[in-house]
Amino acid sequence: MGVAFVVAALALIGVLLLRGVHFDVLQPAGDIAKQQRNILVFATLLMALVAVPIFIILGIFAWKYREGNDKRKKHDYKPEWHENTKLELLWWGIPMAIIAVLAVTAWLTAHSLDPYKKIESDKKSITVQVVALQWKWLFIYPEYGVATVNQLPVPEKTPINFSLSADAPMSAFWIPSLGSQIYTMNGMSSKLSLIADHTGEFTGYSTNINGKGYADMKFTVRATSDAEFDAWVKKTQSSPNLMNEQQYARIAKPGTMDAASYSLADSNLYATIVNKYMGHGTHTMSDGTVMKDSDMPAGDEHKQHDMEGM
Amino acid sequence: MEWLIGRLDWSYLPSDPVTIGAAIGMPLVLLFILGAITYFKKWKYLWTEWITTTDAKKIGTMYAIVAIVMLLRGGADALMLRAATAVGGPGGTKLFDADTFQQVFTAHGTIMIFFVAMGLMFALFNWAVPLMIGARDVAFPFLNSMSFWLFFAGMILINTSLIFGGFSNGGWLGYPPLTELQYNPGPGVDYWLWSLQIAGIGSLLSGVNFFATIVKCRAKGMTFMKMPIFVWSVFVTTVLIMISFPMLTASLGLLGLDRLAGMHFFTSDAGGNPMMYINLIWAWGHPEVYILVMPAFGIFSEVVATFSRKRLFGYKTMVWALMAIMFFSFIVWQHHFFTMGAGANVNAFFGIMTMVIAIPTGVKLFNWLFTMYRGRIKFSVPMVWFMCFAVTFTIGGVTGVLLSIPAIDFQVHNTMFLVAHFHNVIIGGVVFGYLAGLVYWFPKIFGFRLHEALGRWAAYCWMVGFMLAFMPLYALGFMGAVRRLDHYDDPAWIPFFVVSAVGVVVIGIGMGLLVLQLAYSIWKRKTLIDKTGDPWNGRTLEWSVPSPAPHYNFAIDPVVSRIDEWWYRKQEGVEAPKDGDYKAIVLPKNSPLGFLIGMAALVLGMALIWHIWWLVVVAFVGIVVLAIIRSMDDFTEHVIPASEVMRMDKEARA
Repeated sequence: MGVAFVVAALALIGVLLLRGVHFDVLQPAGDIAKQQRNILVFATLLMALVAVPIFIILGIFAWKYREGNDKRKKHDYKPEWHENTKLELLWWGIPMAIIAVLAVTAWLTAHSLDPYKKIESDKKSITVQVVALQWKWLFIYPEYGVATVNQLPVPEKTPINFSLSADAPMSAFWIPSLGSQIYTMNGMSSKLSLIADHTGEFTGYSTNINGKGYADMKFTVRATSDAEFDAWVKKTQSSPNLMNEQQYARIAKPGTMDAASYSLADSNLYATIVNKYMGHGTHTMSDGTVMKDSDMPAGDEHKQHDMEGM
Repeated sequence: MEWLIGRLDWSYLPSDPVTIGAAIGMPLVLLFILGAITYFKKWKYLWTEWITTTDAKKIGTMYAIVAIVMLLRGGADALMLRAATAVGGPGGTKLFDADTFQQVFTAHGTIMIFFVAMGLMFALFNWAVPLMIGARDVAFPFLNSMSFWLFFAGMILINTSLIFGGFSNGGWLGYPPLTELQYNPGPGVDYWLWSLQIAGIGSLLSGVNFFATIVKCRAKGMTFMKMPIFVWSVFVTTVLIMISFPMLTASLGLLGLDRLAGMHFFTSDAGGNPMMYINLIWAWGHPEVYILVMPAFGIFSEVVATFSRKRLFGYKTMVWALMAIMFFSFIVWQHHFFTMGAGANVNAFFGIMTMVIAIPTGVKLFNWLFTMYRGRIKFSVPMVWFMCFAVTFTIGGVTGVLLSIPAIDFQVHNTMFLVAHFHNVIIGGVVFGYLAGLVYWFPKIFGFRLHEALGRWAAYCWMVGFMLAFMPLYALGFMGAVRRLDHYDDPAWIPFFVVSAVGVVVIGIGMGLLVLQLAYSIWKRKTLIDKTGDPWNGRTLEWSVPSPAPHYNFAIDPVVSRIDEWWYRKQEGVEAPKDGDYKAIVLPKNSPLGFLIGMAALVLGMALIWHIWWLVVVAFVGIVVLAIIRSMDDFTEHVIPASEVMRMDKEARA
C-alpha cells in the first residue's frame, strides 16, 4: 500500500514536471545530435553494468553486516579477511573491459563526429560565417550575400558548414537540437558542420560567459524547405538594410539585440573581423589608449590562426 | 593624491541592496567579534594560544573554523543563485541584475574550492597526519603557521571585495580575455587574482610541509607500506600539490602582468593567446580536483575499516589505485575544453586518459564494499556519510565518464549537466568525505564527541537536499539549459529550477544542523566526553593517545611493526608506560612571524589591487625582512624535561 502510494505520487510529480518539456539533447532534430544521443545512451547503459551492482551490493552488505543483526552467526564476522586476489582481479577486470569498449567508442566517435569534419550529403552544403559579439550572434551567408543577427534560417537536410569567430570575450556556439558546440574566439576561426533533418525552430545559445548580456545571447534556428529558404534569401538580398563596416561597427557595440536581417554589402567582412586581432586594425592598450595599425609592428600576420591539427 | 591612494575611490562602494546589506553586515559581525574578545579579555589568550601557535592541531582547528564560516558564505551564494533561477523564468522577476548574478557564481565557485574545500582539507591534514604517523608535529611547524596565515590573508582579501570594489564576474577560473583589462578594468578581477595568488602560495608551502612530514617524521618501524591509507592519500595529494600549484602561480602571475604591466600573454590582440591560459590553468585545475578528492578517499578508507570493525580490504590495491590516479590526473586537463576545437586525435587521447581514471576509482569502491563484507558495521555518523558518498559518487563517476567521451561532451559541456556532474563529485565526494573526517577526528582534538543524532540528521538533509538540488540539473542540461544563466525563456524549465532551489534550502537546513550539532555538543560536552581516547575502537596510532591529544602528541615515541598497529596492540593488551620510558621532548616555540608575514601579504595584495605602488614596495620589503628575522633566529625550539612529560602524561591518562 505504502509503496503503491509512493510510486503513484512520484508518477504524478513526474507527469507534472515533464509537461511541455522538450529534451533538445535527447530528442534531437539533426543527424550529428542523434549520433551523439545514441552514444550517450549506449555509454550510460554500459556503465550501469558496474553502477547498479555497486548500489545493490552496498545495500545488501549494509543491511546484512550491520551491528546487532541477530540472525548472524558468530563465526560470520571475519575481522582479518582483507585479501582475495581472484575478487580483486574481477573488479579490476570488469571496469577495464567496460572502459576498453568506451575507449574504442571515444576514439572512433571523436573522429567520426569531429566538428571540423564536413557532413557528406547529396545536397550541396551551405556556408555560414558566425561572429559572436557582446551579446548577439552575427551570421553571414557569403554565398547568398545576406547576413542576419540572432536568427539562423537554414534549408532542411542540407549540410551547414560554419566558420566561427568572435569579436568579444570567448563565447561558445551551441544548437542543442542539432549537436556539437564549439568555442568562438577573437582572431581564430573554428569550424563546425551540422545538419537539420527536418523543418522546425530550434534555440541556439552561447555556453560561455562573456559579460552581462550573456543570458540573452540566444538565437533561433529556422530550418525550412529549400523553396522557403530561397524565397527568404531573395527577399533579404533586396533589403535596404545593408551589412557593411559601418553597420557592423554599430551592432558590435556591447548590448543585446532583436533578430534582424541584412543584405551583405561587404563580402570580406568575416575575414576583416578575424584579422582585426592579427596585428591589423586597432589595439586597445592597457591604459585604454587605442593604437592604429600603422603604429604596430608589421609582420606576416595576415594568416588566420587555424585551429586544425592543434 | 593618486601616488598615495592609487585608484581608491568612493565610487567603489556598493550600490545595490544585496551587496549593501552584506557590506554593512560583515563589518558589524567582525566588530561584534572583536568587541566580544575585548570584553572577555581574551586578546592575550588568542595571541599566545592561537595566533602565534605552531601546534599543527591548533592550526588545523583554525583552518576548520575559517572553512566552516566560508562554507556558510558560499552556501548563501548558492541559495542566491538558485533563488534567482527559480524565479528567473518567463514572467518571473529579476532578483538582481546579471552582473551581480555573475559576481555571485564567481564568488560561490572561488570560495567553495579555495577557502572551503582546501581549508577543510588542510584542517584534517593538520589534525590527523602527525598523530597517525606517530610524529610530534609537522616537519616545519613555523612554515605551517605561515601557510595558514597566507590562506587567511587570501580569505580576508577576497571577502573585502564584497564591501569595496565588487567581486570578479569572470567565473571561478577567470578565463581571459573576459578577465583582461579590455573587458574588465575594475578591481574585482584583481581581488580574485591576488587573493588566490596569496592563498595558493600558502597551499603550495603546506604541500611541501606535509610531504616532508610524511617522508621524514614517521614513527620508527612505520615503513611506507605500513602507513594508514589516509596518510597515503595525503602523500599522493602533496605530490600533486607540489607539481600543480606552481602552474596556478604562473598562470595567475602572467594574467597579473597583463593587467598590471600592460603585457599581452593572454589578450586577444598583440599576439596574446587566451588558449594558453586555459591550458595552463586547467593543467593545475584538474589535478586540483584530485587534490581535493583523494584525501576524502583516504578518510573513507579509515572510516569504513573502523566502523566495519575489520581490516581494510586490499590495502596494496588501494595504494596502487591512488598512485594510478595521481599519475593520470596530470594528463587529462584538456577534457575541460574539448569544444575549443583541438583535433580529434588530441580530444580522443585526453578523453581516454580521463575514463581510465574510472578504473582505479571503481576498484576503490569495491574495496570499500568488501571491507564491509562480513564486518560488524556500526552506523555512526562518519559511516552514514560513507553510505551517502558511495551512492552520490558512483552517479558522479558515471556522468564523469560520459563527459570524458568527446562526442558526448560536445552536447553537454558548459550546461547544467556539467554543473550537476561536478557538484556530484565535489559535494558527494569531497564535502561528504571531509564532513565525515571532521566528525571522526573531532573527539581526538577536543576531547568530546559530536552529538550523534544531530549529525545523522544533518547527513540525511545533505543527501536529500543534494538529490533535489542536482538531479533536476542533469535533466535541465538535456533540455539545453546552459550554465550560468540568470534568466531563461522556456516555461518548462521552471519546475526543475524550483525543485533545485528547494534542494538548496534542504542542504541549507543540513548546514544549520551541522552548526547546531557543534553548538549543542559544546554545551553537552560533559556527557559526550571521550575518556578513553579511543571512542570509535580505532585502528591507527592517533587513538592510542588521550583525548584531547596533548600538544606534544605522544609522550613516548611510538614504535610500529604492522598496519593498524593500535588495533592489534589492543588485542594483545596495552601496557601502561614505565617511569623510565619517558624522555625529554623537543617542541617548536610559538612565533608571531607567521602571522605578521600573512598580514604583510594582505597589505601587499591590497596595494596591488588598488595600484598603491609605494605600499607594494613597503609590504614586499616587510615580508622579506620578516623572513630574514625568522631565519636568523637560532632558538626556535624549547625542551620539556622527561619528568614533566611523565607528570603531564599521567595526568592526561588519569
